[in-house]
Amino acid sequence: MACFLVSAAEAVVVTAVEKHEEKKEKSEEIRVTVDAPVKVPMSRKLKWLTYMLWGGVILLAYEHVWHGEVVPWFPFLTAMSDPGDAAEMFHEMATIGVTMAVIITVCWFIMCKAADAIMARKSQLPAVGQEL
Amino acid sequence: MTLLITVFAAIIVTIKWYTRKDDTMQLGLLVFMFWGASLMWLGDAIFGYIEEQAEFFAPAPADMLNDAYLGLSVVALALVIWLVRLLITDPKGVVKSSIQKSVASDSKKKAKTA
Repeated sequence: MACFLVSAAEAVVVTAVEKHEEKKEKSEEIRVTVDAPVKVPMSRKLKWLTYMLWGGVILLAYEHVWHGEVVPWFPFLTAMSDPGDAAEMFHEMATIGVTMAVIITVCWFIMCKAADAIMARKSQLPAVGQEL
Repeated sequence: MTLLITVFAAIIVTIKWYTRKDDTMQLGLLVFMFWGASLMWLGDAIFGYIEEQAEFFAPAPADMLNDAYLGLSVVALALVIWLVRLLITDPKGVVKSSIQKSVASDSKKKAKTA
């Protein structure tokens, strides 16, 4: 009914945090040493999550328009016009909506850990010109 | 069916992203969009399975057709979003050079007529 709204709320929060993190990283002095392993910046990781969340939200919102659950006029959600339907919608948001947001966040967390592991592995490779 | 079509789209785009020569096509956005939507529909499918059990895997043909149609529409929408972003950011400068060329030819024509 409106399960995508939970992910949309998460997407708004994560986008704000990502922008803040990006600003913070830009203002910090960048010190790169040859031996230091290349780390994936937090802002980059958060960008992955925002892309997944916004992408999912846009495509699911389209699905809801398709099924007539979202309309372009007030109150935009057809379930809001009836108290019984509204209660069902809130229950759906609390169950399916939260599960969707949790699945995406857990997958993103695993992805970040995998990216860190890959970067650590890559940095152990011999430098160019160095014998294997 | 919508979940299945989106997952296949995500897999195909991910393979294309992995085998790309450079990042000018900005496939990353498409990869994240399809995987994000797939994961969200997976959540929906989990609840659908809990509610309907085995019946979840045997939908009515009319529902399946509608879902397939929806799945294809979703893929089309994602592709349009990606394409619009690609044209606006114009990483290869194709749009810019094309506009410059047309402006230059227009000014040449105006100079000839004057």
